[in-house]
Amino acid sequence: MTFDYHEPRSVAEALELLDRYADDAHLIAGGTATVLLMRQGLLRPGHVIGLRAIDELRGIAPTPEGGLRIGAMATHRAVERSPEARIYSPALTDAFASVATVRIRNQATVGGNLAHADPAQDPPPMLSALNAIVSIRSSRGERSLPIDELAVDHFTTSLAHDEIITAVILPPIEPGSRETYLKFLPKTADDYATVSVAATLRFAPDGTIAESRIVLGAVGPTPIRARRVEDALRGQPATRVRDAVELVRDEIDPIDDLRGSAAYKRDMARVWTGRALAQVTR
Amino acid sequence: MSTHRLSFTLNGTKHELDVAADRLLIDVIREECGATGTKLGCAVGVCGACSVLVDGELLSACLLPAVFADGRRITTVEGLAKDELTPLQDAFIREGGFQCGICTPGQLIAATALLREQPRPDRDAIRTWMMGNLCRCTGYYGIERAIQKASGAGGRSLSGAGGQSPPTVL
Repeated sequence: MTFDYHEPRSVAEALELLDRYADDAHLIAGGTATVLLMRQGLLRPGHVIGLRAIDELRGIAPTPEGGLRIGAMATHRAVERSPEARIYSPALTDAFASVATVRIRNQATVGGNLAHADPAQDPPPMLSALNAIVSIRSSRGERSLPIDELAVDHFTTSLAHDEIITAVILPPIEPGSRETYLKFLPKTADDYATVSVAATLRFAPDGTIAESRIVLGAVGPTPIRARRVEDALRGQPATRVRDAVELVRDEIDPIDDLRGSAAYKRDMARVWTGRALAQVTR
Repeated sequence: MSTHRLSFTLNGTKHELDVAADRLLIDVIREECGATGTKLGCAVGVCGACSVLVDGELLSACLLPAVFADGRRITTVEGLAKDELTPLQDAFIREGGFQCGICTPGQLIAATALLREQPRPDRDAIRTWMMGNLCRCTGYYGIERAIQKASGAGGRSLSGAGGQSPPTVL
C-alpha cells in the first residue's frame, strides 16, 4: 500500500480534502477496520484522511431534548464507560461493551463502526433499536439520516464519497420503554455474534405492547428490522409474544459460515429473539 | 507515500523520527526504536501479543498506524520494571504465568492496564479483561493467579520481600 496521509484539524478541512481527492480518498477513524482492509489490499486509496485530530467529532453528551449525542470519533470504550450513556440506556453501553476486546474498543470509533457497515457488528442493531439518527456532513451541507437507511449491503453504506459521519443522535427514550441487547456467542467471548438481537419495547398504560423495534445482527447483509415481529407484537399483552417470535425466522437472510449454518442461525434467531423479549417483558 | 515527523515518548525516552504513512506502531517501536519486547503475533488485533499502552490506554500496536502515535506516551514491556520488577512481573514468575514467553509481554501490559483501572479485580473481571490475550502454553491458570496475587500486593514489589524464591529454573 502506498498513500499520502492527511490529518485535518476541522471537519471543514477534512471535507475540502475529500472534495479534492474524491474517489482516491479514504477516511480513517480509529483504524481497526481500515488498517486491515488496506493491508489485505481490499482498500487502496491514494490519500488517507485521518480524523483523530478533529475535536468537534468527539464527546458524548445528553441532548437538550433528553436524548444522547455521540460524536463520531468517540471510541467504543468511551461509550461503554460514559455515565451519560449508561443513564440514557444500559443496553446501549452493554452493546458497546460486548464488542471484541478492550484493546479494540479503545481504538474503534462509533462513526467508523457505522461507516464500515459490517453486518455482524454489535452497535448498529442496538442503535437501530433506539431509533438513532446519523448526522452527516459534506461540503454540500448537512443531513440527518435514520440509521436504518445507512447500511445498504455487506460493508456498503448509502454515504456519498464526499460525506463524513459527524455524530449519532439518539432520541429521548419514551416513558414505558424497555430495551436490551443480547449476543449469542457459541465460540469465544471476543467473537462476532452468531446472531444478536436488540429490542426496544414500549408499553401502553394498560400493559399491552404499544410499539417495538426488534433488530437482528449477523443474520443478513445489514442489520435487519424484524418488522413482522414488531407488527405482530403491537397490542399484545406482554405474556403473549411467542407467536410473534416465530415470525423472525422468515425475516432474516443468514449465510452458512464458521459461526453456524443458515438453518442453525434461523433457529437461534428465534431462540434469542424470544430471550430478548423475555428480558424486556419480565 | 508521504512521510511524517513523529514525536513521542517510548518508556520515558523521547523519540523524534520520520516515518512513512503506512508504517504501523509495532514496526516503528521494534525496528526504529529497537524495543523488541513487543511481539507480533496474529497481526490482526486478535491475539494480544502486541499489546502496548498509549497514553495509558491498552491498544494493539499491530493495528495502530504509527502516525497516530504522534505526541503520545507509549509504554511497552521494557518500560514496566524500574530498579526492580513490578509486583505483577514478580507474580508471573512465582505463579508460573508463562512457559514459552512469546505472549508474556502482551499479558503483562494488558494486566498492568487492568490493575490501573481496577486495582482489585475479581476472577470474572480478570477473565473478561484478559480474554483478548491468547496463550497456548499455560492454560491461563497461572496468569490468572499471578494477576490476583499482584492485585493484593498493594503496589509493593514482592521481589526480595520475603515469601518463596522464584523457581531456580528461571
